[in-house]
Amino acid sequence: MNIVTSHVRTLIEKGIRFDGRKLDEYRKDVTVEYGISKKSAEGSARVKIGTTEVVAGVKFEVGKPYADTADQGSIIAGVELLPLSSSHYESGPPSIKAIELARAIVDRGIRESEAIDLKKLCIKKGEKSWTVLIDNYTINDAGNIADAIGLCAMAALKDARFPKYDEKAERVIYEERTDKKVPLNELPIPITVIKIGTQLVVDPSPDEEAAMDARLTVTTTSDGKVCAMQKGGAGTLTADDVAKVIELSLKKGKELRKLIEK
Amino acid sequence: MYNERFDGRKSDETRPITAKVGIIPNAKGSAMFKIGNTVAMAAVYGPRILYPKFLKSPDKALLRCNYNMMSFSGSGERVRPGSSRRDREISHITEKALEPVLIVDDFPGSVVDVYIELLQTDAGTRCAGICAASMALAHAGFKMRGLVSAISVGVVGGKLVVDLNNQEEHHEEGHTDCPVGMIARTGEITLLQMDGFATPDQIKKMVESAKKACEQIEEIQRKALLEAYEVAK
Repeated sequence: MNIVTSHVRTLIEKGIRFDGRKLDEYRKDVTVEYGISKKSAEGSARVKIGTTEVVAGVKFEVGKPYADTADQGSIIAGVELLPLSSSHYESGPPSIKAIELARAIVDRGIRESEAIDLKKLCIKKGEKSWTVLIDNYTINDAGNIADAIGLCAMAALKDARFPKYDEKAERVIYEERTDKKVPLNELPIPITVIKIGTQLVVDPSPDEEAAMDARLTVTTTSDGKVCAMQKGGAGTLTADDVAKVIELSLKKGKELRKLIEK
Repeated sequence: MYNERFDGRKSDETRPITAKVGIIPNAKGSAMFKIGNTVAMAAVYGPRILYPKFLKSPDKALLRCNYNMMSFSGSGERVRPGSSRRDREISHITEKALEPVLIVDDFPGSVVDVYIELLQTDAGTRCAGICAASMALAHAGFKMRGLVSAISVGVVGGKLVVDLNNQEEHHEEGHTDCPVGMIARTGEITLLQMDGFATPDQIKKMVESAKKACEQIEEIQRKALLEAYEVAK
């Protein structure tokens, strides 16, 4: 085992973290900035958790609805772990980590919480509907990009305004934006808690992530419901761990949601 | 004749520029370069081990650049992720624009990776990327013969202009776009491309205006680098 990893594991067992935080303590400096790509994206945001930084942008397209949901639009979330953001990431097709983040953290959280009223994205049943594309990018990975991306995707969705659609020409006029917002019912927030030895750690650093046994991401809604979960890592969780992680996720999720609520 | 520019600038005036280094703590060097609505970020990693091995050079490090537009950074539809032919060409000319200044013979067999990401675009992205990359390399502490600055110059509706925006690049009365990269300190040209028509005399004038603009840009780049090392008062 790497010497840093073994040191992290020894200390975490005693409840000590390198940066002095408590095990259930989030980094204090979490910020959200809107409209960071205003000219290009219909919605955009930047989230920083300490020195971790991610950006997200929303684009709209018009297409044919899926046959089984003819009266609905759709959402597609993408995550790219840019080699610009960490020496651990490489160029090329999306890694499994990126795919898991996109599908399990962003996509599922939004879909299962019914955060977006997909019926309102329909233009003409069976023929035309909006697709909302949310693309997330890491700028600096200093740990816990899952939470940062989850928050950032929601912030970008909040920031988004539909472009004009010319029904006659069947064309989106990207140069003109309307006042219409994405029909958001809910702000699902994913919180990731990792398990190192017997301890549960919130908002992990890269060193802590390298030392983890298992991880659980729990996405919660504002009314205290859980709408998605994803377990990761080679280790195991007890039923008691799961209950504790849900409790932590509800608490931390509420704090993060406040940042984008108004 | 295109006498009044869409955004009211003088013909030899660039859009407002801001530049900053040290924006990505994980990277060895990093920079942001914003010109008008075009925002480029660059991060430098390395020198580090190079794979595949056959790319290794026995006498110096390889400079490898990667230009990418974020999917939401285009002016129209979403840009499909993954590297396009355009991305690869721009990455390549970026390498060639920076190689003349970078002194990396202390690191044979290794690679210096430069990642360029566009957050928002309004024309002039390759030039903004090169400006950011050049600053990031300096910020990473590499020996360099100078900073590379880049700007697009062109002919829009018959008139010579500096730093075309997207609207000008699509001017109905014709447009010529000529990105120029330069070591402003010496006047040596490291990047030169052109789309559209221009007379030899116009080209001469375009290169002259590019030099003036690059001198201004270099001052902004240098200032941003110095700011990063200024002792807090």
